[in-house]
Amino acid sequence: MRFLKSTLVVSFALGLAAAWAGGAAAGETPVRGGILKFVVGSKIPSYDAHMESTFGMIHPIRPFYSLLIRVNPENPSSPTDFVCDLCEGDVPAATNNGLTYTFKIRKDVKFHDGTPLTAHDIKATFDKIIFPPEGVPSTRKAFFSSLDSTTVPDDYTLVFNMKYASGAFLPAVAAPYNFVYSKKDLDENGYAWHQKNINGTGAFTFVEHKPGAYVEGKRYENYHHEGKPYLDGFRAISAPKMAVRLQAIRGNRAAIEFRGFPPKARDDLVKALGDKIVVQESDWNCALQFLPNHRRKPFDDVRVRRALTLAVDRRAGSKYLSKIAIVKTMGGVVFPGHPLAATEEELSKIAGYWPSIEKSRAEAKRLLKEAGAEGLEFVLLNRGVDQPYRVVGTWLIDQFKKVGLKVTQNVLPSPAFYDAVRKKHDFDVTVYFNCQSIVNPLADVSAYISDDIAGNNYAGYQDRTMDKLFDQMNRASDPAEQRRIMRLYEKRALDEEALQFITLWWYKINPHRSYVKGWKIAPSHYLNQHLDNVWLDPDLM
Amino acid sequence: MTVSDVRIDPDAERAVERTPRPAALLGLIARYPLGAAGAFVVLVMIFAAVFAEAIAPYDPEDNAFEYMFTPPGAQFWLGTDDFGRDILSRIIHGARTALFVGFVAAVIGATGGLVLGVASAYFGGWFDLIIQRVMDVFMAFPLIILALAVVAVLGPGIDKVIIAITIPFIPQCARVVRSSALAIREMPYVDAARACGFSHARIILRHMVPNVMAPYLIMITAFVGQAILLEAVLAFLGLGVQEPTAAWGLMLKSGAEEYAESAPWIPIFPGLAISLAVFGFNLFGDALRDALDPKLRAQ
Repeated sequence: MRFLKSTLVVSFALGLAAAWAGGAAAGETPVRGGILKFVVGSKIPSYDAHMESTFGMIHPIRPFYSLLIRVNPENPSSPTDFVCDLCEGDVPAATNNGLTYTFKIRKDVKFHDGTPLTAHDIKATFDKIIFPPEGVPSTRKAFFSSLDSTTVPDDYTLVFNMKYASGAFLPAVAAPYNFVYSKKDLDENGYAWHQKNINGTGAFTFVEHKPGAYVEGKRYENYHHEGKPYLDGFRAISAPKMAVRLQAIRGNRAAIEFRGFPPKARDDLVKALGDKIVVQESDWNCALQFLPNHRRKPFDDVRVRRALTLAVDRRAGSKYLSKIAIVKTMGGVVFPGHPLAATEEELSKIAGYWPSIEKSRAEAKRLLKEAGAEGLEFVLLNRGVDQPYRVVGTWLIDQFKKVGLKVTQNVLPSPAFYDAVRKKHDFDVTVYFNCQSIVNPLADVSAYISDDIAGNNYAGYQDRTMDKLFDQMNRASDPAEQRRIMRLYEKRALDEEALQFITLWWYKINPHRSYVKGWKIAPSHYLNQHLDNVWLDPDLM
Repeated sequence: MTVSDVRIDPDAERAVERTPRPAALLGLIARYPLGAAGAFVVLVMIFAAVFAEAIAPYDPEDNAFEYMFTPPGAQFWLGTDDFGRDILSRIIHGARTALFVGFVAAVIGATGGLVLGVASAYFGGWFDLIIQRVMDVFMAFPLIILALAVVAVLGPGIDKVIIAITIPFIPQCARVVRSSALAIREMPYVDAARACGFSHARIILRHMVPNVMAPYLIMITAFVGQAILLEAVLAFLGLGVQEPTAAWGLMLKSGAEEYAESAPWIPIFPGLAISLAVFGFNLFGDALRDALDPKLRAQ
């Protein structure tokens, strides 16, 4: 009953943003024409989504490609509402006790080079993602650990055969990185071809990419979703500095930025432009973490690690940081509001989330004294990006100071930061993030299992109990059982073993020109970026 | 006229002795009013840096969110920033960062330049040629580009920033000092010292270095202003000192991008502090040059 209740609450909360955002467009008839100009704050490392994980690639390149299934563009806030993109009808339910998914593929789809799309193209795509040959990078292959094989009974039928039934599978298939490539391209040009070339079935065809300047696309007249896209084309303008992106929207040089602005920027835009600006907001499937380096003393001592999390006043942080940074919601390891997420009552029992910060900090001081780490000095590694890293890092240092820790900050540019965290493991404590696209907690929390299994755990520990709980949770078919195991998993990660921590969850704020219609905010800046339902209202331009 | 013929006017000597110090100071101020203004700014900065703990009204690093974005007023004279930190306290403590980086970089850079410049002029020949070509390579890069390149290689942090700022200063000072030292090398007393068989080190340290102290001191004052500006630039670009350390460039960076409109006091006051400090050191340096250069003094 409690599970059902929380599900309803979540659905309501998640739907609120979409309803607000969609309100303007509801009942309006889309108008064809126009070029959408939007700004992008990051570079394009390559065009191959199977290996990349940055919005810098997704925002300008996603409109050229299609997916097998995608989040419902009309309801992108829902973590369970998927619709067919290249498949026919509804998204199929699993058969054979959850061990088989059979997709019927559309017959009216052509790649931009004129090649008809078949189930073989989709099989080749997922085989590249899930079973890549040696040396072929695939960032999210671990998300498909429950899959055994893919088969193609005929040209327009694709079957996924599972090792075990898993609720994490369909959300993984719907991930926006699973661009469908042509088998012909893969066979003839090799697996690296898509890093520098584009040939998709998306709503727009590739026109030009001027590195450091812009990416241009124009409408694909043979697009398989009838009547779409509405836009004649788009131009994704590269603008690494936030001030430039902000001024671009203010000066109407661009209509929207899809990642998100901090609250003050939103307020400035609204104050300056009034009803010419519409704001969409949503919780964001990004947890801003801080990771102690278990390989380094004294962070190999659970008492020191617990003291770190006990020092942090997340409740006050949520209240104040949400005014200056793109973080807001206090939560555990699961996306706040999701049925699998901890309730306020459950959170209150976890170290670092206790209602009384005085009690929490007194315990932190006691633990530090017991561990012989009073007045410990260390360096907090951080990423050279203002939002939200610099702001939250500075706040964290102040929190640590309150239990007598002496902390300095070392801020590195992104490449050096990743090198220090992922390769060299050269840090005491680092700010980090767990950002995912589809809200899929059973897969999203994989960052907390042992580092020799998880590809994205950089705290440097092996905890076989965590691994076991993770496996049990993914194999559990009953949501109540999943939830029960998730609580054990969360308690162990954040409290008992104090493995790694969450500060606050990100909060997405997208102010945009009011003439941009049809785009709805999602709980991830990776989602809903195909642009086929976006249109420009000429009356408001 | 021989040396023994030189006589000092006893009255003039007494007159110098009798000039009271306050009067001499007032005379200097009257003669170099802009330099005096510069010296005043420098002294205020030094005072603020030395006694920061005593005169700053609040801890510069303590977050006090309940006061975030408070405009200038009775409680917070220069307002508060996005973390509720008192901007006046951060500016006072920021003077310490600016002066520390400025003085250390200027003194090390100028001293390195002094050593290389004098040695280069004194030894001449291949040594001079090689040293000067190396200096040419360094001077081919604009100051900020060279500093950026060094800090990009070494990484951020106050020690790295000092190294990054010091390196471009060395060739600048070496070139100026060398030109003065070349003239001194040809003076008869240097020849006399050589004839007496004094060592190179003794000739350089006892006879040449004291005679190039004027350009050396002038370079130091000019370098302090430049170093403060460079430190602020590096901090603004996120390559210098890091939060929560109070540093003017860092304060400007945090405020300029996000709060220039809604809370303009956040970037304005650190910006003013940087401008005033650089202006003060430049005025002081110019006046010092005028006072120490015999040609300019005669004019």
